[in-house]
This record gives sequence, structure tokens and C-alpha cells, in this order.
Amino acid sequence: MKLPAARLCLLPAAVLILLLFIAPLLIVCAYSLLSRGAYGGVGLPRSAESYTRLFDPLYASIFARSFAVAAISTALCLLLGFPLALFISRSGRRKNLYLALVILPFWTSFLVRTYAWMFLLRDTGLLNTLLLSLGIIREPLPLLYNYGAVILGLVYGYLPFMVLPIYATIERIDRSVIEAAADLGAKPWTTLTQIVVPLSAPGIAAGSVLVFIPCLGAYLTPDLLGGGKTILVGNLIQNQFTTARDWPFGSAVSLLLMALVMVLLLLIARRNQEGLL
Amino acid sequence: MDAVLELRKLSKSYANHQVAVSGVSLTIQQGEFFSLVGPSGCGKTTTLRLIAGFEEPTDGDVLLKGVSLRGLPPYARNVSTVFQNYALFPHMTVRENIEFGLRRKTQMRAAERQKRVADALEMVQLTGKESRRPAQLSGGERQRVALARSLVLEPDVLLLDEPLSALDPNLRKQVRSELKSLQRRVGITFLFITHDQEEALSLSDRIGVMNQGRLEQVGTPQDVYLRPRTRFVADFLGTVNWINGVGVRPEATRISYHPPGEGERAVPAVIESSLFLGNCLHVKTRLITGEPVVAQVSRLNGSYGCGETVHVWWHPQDEIICPQ
Repeated sequence: MKLPAARLCLLPAAVLILLLFIAPLLIVCAYSLLSRGAYGGVGLPRSAESYTRLFDPLYASIFARSFAVAAISTALCLLLGFPLALFISRSGRRKNLYLALVILPFWTSFLVRTYAWMFLLRDTGLLNTLLLSLGIIREPLPLLYNYGAVILGLVYGYLPFMVLPIYATIERIDRSVIEAAADLGAKPWTTLTQIVVPLSAPGIAAGSVLVFIPCLGAYLTPDLLGGGKTILVGNLIQNQFTTARDWPFGSAVSLLLMALVMVLLLLIARRNQEGLL
Repeated sequence: MDAVLELRKLSKSYANHQVAVSGVSLTIQQGEFFSLVGPSGCGKTTTLRLIAGFEEPTDGDVLLKGVSLRGLPPYARNVSTVFQNYALFPHMTVRENIEFGLRRKTQMRAAERQKRVADALEMVQLTGKESRRPAQLSGGERQRVALARSLVLEPDVLLLDEPLSALDPNLRKQVRSELKSLQRRVGITFLFITHDQEEALSLSDRIGVMNQGRLEQVGTPQDVYLRPRTRFVADFLGTVNWINGVGVRPEATRISYHPPGEGERAVPAVIESSLFLGNCLHVKTRLITGEPVVAQVSRLNGSYGCGETVHVWWHPQDEIICPQ
């Protein structure tokens, strides 16, 4: 059989996805249905026990907490990201400079940047030292190792994923449509809420998905900035594969997280008829 | 008649010293259909944007009903714009588009608003299509929504920025006549921007011809077409044969085999080509002095063969004389 050239070009990507995405996923599926090995790893017999354990209220509360943290982080990213995207789109010749600044943090490792936050927030960190020396506070503020610090870290890390898609849709809005609103008597705030926000809805939706999903599965930020006091789904999974040495259960939790994310995406895609991803 | 809009030495230049509009003074009367014409880049659209308030003049002033609009934002000016691409709100239905401006008038009652929207829909013959979105409408329908959206506000002046240029040529002629009768019915002053001289001549009460940011001439269609004050105005509004410094329009140029009567201007010429256009003949000739002359003549007077020697002639009163 002769393959058309265009399909042949897709072959490398198809192979890559098969090897690096579908194959590992099948391995995780298989692991989740086996028993834990004595020193980590998995072994026989086959068992569905990992799934029955998921019904423990303890895990339900971890999932709920993770959803709450991800939702709050996404909302804050939107609150900060929308005005920023709007500002950049109105910045004329400085646009590219500001966009470069938004992307700039990606040039260094996320791990290094998260550690930098620890140095800023800890009791002997820059912020507390400064406030103490100015006499504004007497005791160091508990800035690190709590949900606030985790959310701060997530918002900091994922803000660009909110800004960029919103910026892209705002840029596509016809300038004359905004002028028409003003021309018909709308003050700037009305134009913003009635015209600009609705017309950038696809960008807001895309940005929210791009922020919410990685926030939901985040483990590095809650681990470092939450100091182990804040257990989220990401940490739970990580623990199963490391300290707890329960690979089947870790696999089951991973698959449940993935299933929940997919259900969420399907719901959003159904609401958004044009299709968003 | 009262003046509704007055431009006083209106000027706009940009940071790079590029002058878009330069000292434009103009008074437009209540109920008038006024057209600003000129080639692209002549400053007509900038003039309109200065009136709408999208840009601030560097000098001069805009007065609406005698009150200066200086410093007023677009939403505080009682003028409305029909944009070249219509600029309809894509996420709103036809009704929501038309309602948008009325909803900004907070003191207006819902019943009054509903009535005005219904009237506007009827006026532009879009009743029954009020729940469609702009993407589901034809070009002509979108243009009518844009018109209704502005007219429903009863602005002092309606500004139209080449509203027919996005329509296909067949529709354009039909919409043109509808536009004229609509303007007569509503009695609102129209300031119409176009680069199409035929559109301007057929629609307007008066025409202003712009060139390189300046207003070259203002007058009735007959004035500017038949008595242009500059060569630019004469050439912009239609073809002109320039013969020894005087201009003759092709339709005023006659051709005959015999010398014309006493008192006519005549020059011997050779036929270069003759095109049959159905309703008339388009004849290209070359005078013995070497200048090319185009004549649009009735096909009832017979046809002309290439290379034939003829007399090109015209009435002295048809001459266009412009100071150089």
C-alpha cells in the first residue's frame, strides 16, 4: 500500500506518541490492577484493591482540596492575567517587550524559581527580615509552608499560560468593534464588560484550562512551598511511588485524576460549541 | 436651514510630522446629504474620525449644533458612525446590536426602547431576523443592521465611512438608492465618505472634494462636476480631455466628418479606436496637435473606422477652465 506523503510526515509524531504516551499509559493501567511488590514495583496476583481504596474519605478530601487549590489559583491567574493581557495589547510598540517579559521566567528552571520563593518567604527570608528591621512586625510572619504559599507559587508559575491565550484573543478583536461601542454611547467600563470580555471568552477558557490542569496535578510547588503540610493529589501520587512504595495505588490515583480532568474537559468542550481544544 | 455641524480649520498631524488633515473648514446644514470624496489617503477618513472623537485634532475645532466637541470622548458625542466593515458585535443578535446604544440611555423605559427597536428593524426591513447573529446575515443585511444600530439613536449627524464599498457591485447600486430614500425619510444629516465619484454625485446634496488633507472645493454635484475649480477636482470626478489648457468631458466631446457650425471649437483628429459599449460608443482619437482625446458619442450617429480623419468639436460653454 502506498501512503500519501502528507501522512508519512505524521509518522514520526505518531511513533513518538505511541512510545512515550500510549505505552506508558497502558503500563500504568496494568500496574493499577496488580499487587504491590515488597520493595516497590508490582507483582501478582491481579487485584482491584487499589480502586476500592480510593473510596476512603481521606482521599476524597485530598481530591477536594486539590480542586479547591487549583480553582483558586486559576481564578487568581484570571484576575491578574486578564488586565495584564489587556494592558499588553494596548501597549503599541512596547507589546513585544512586555510579551518577552511575561515569557522570561521560562528561561530558568521552575525548581530554581520555586526555591527563590522559599528564600523570599521563610522566617529569615527577605520579606520578613525587611518588615522586622522596619519595625512593622515583631515576630516573623508565617509566610511559608501553608496553602497561601502554595497558591502564590502556582499563580506565579502558571500566570503566563493565562496571559498568552487571552492576549491572543484580545489582539484578534476588531479595533473598529470597540470604537463602535464607544460610538454608540458605551463608556470604557461598559465596552470592557459587554464587548471585550465576551469576545475574549475563548482565550479565557483556554487559559483557564491551561492553568487549572497543571495546578491540579502539581506536586513540586505544594511539596516545597507547602512543606509537606499540604498534601495534594500530586504529592499523594508521588508518595506512593517513593516512600509508600505502593505502585498499584499510585497508578490508580493517577488514572482517577486523569479521568476527572477528561470529564471536566468534555463538559467544557460541550458548553463551548466551537470546541476549545 | 440651520448649520448642524461645523469644522473650523480642522487639522491633524501625527508624531512623524505626517499631515493627515490640514485646515479643513466646512459647514453642513441640518438634513443635508453631504459627501466627502477624494482618493485614498486624502484625509477624508481622518476627518470623519476627528468628528466621531476617535482621534483628537492637533488644531481647529468641531462644533455640533454650535457647541465645541473638543475633548469630548466618542460616547459623549451625539454623532454615530457606520463603519466600512460595519463593526457589528459578533456575539450579539441583530436585536441586541440595535439595542446596544439605547441601553446606554439609562433614563429610557423598556417599552420605549422596544418600540424604537421594532421601528428600526422595520425601517431597514429586517423584521423577523432579529434573533440572528451577524455571521448568519448577508453583506447587505449586515450593512442595514449597522445603519439601524446608529439611526435608532437619532444622532445629530450620521457619519458613513464608505459603507457601500464592502458590497458587491450589483447590490451597491440598489443599496445606494435605498440609502438616499432612507435619508429623506428619517431627515437625519448624513456625512458620507467615499472614493467613488459616481456614488457621491448621485447621492449628495453637496460634495466636498479632498486632496492631500485639504478641502479643494465644496459645492453641489453640478458645481463640482461642471465647474471644478482645480484640475484635481475635474480629474477626480471624471475623465477630462485637456486641450490647449481647457478641459472637455468625453460626453461633451463630439465627432463629425464635416467641420461644425460657426461658434463651435473644433480640431481635426484621427480615429484610433472605437469601442461599442451598448448604449454609446467610446471613441479614442488623436488630435493633429498630438493630444489624445476621448469622446463618448451616441451610437445613433453612426460608427467610426480606425484611421479615419474627423473633426473633434465641442460647445464653448462645455469647457472647463481651471486656474493652473
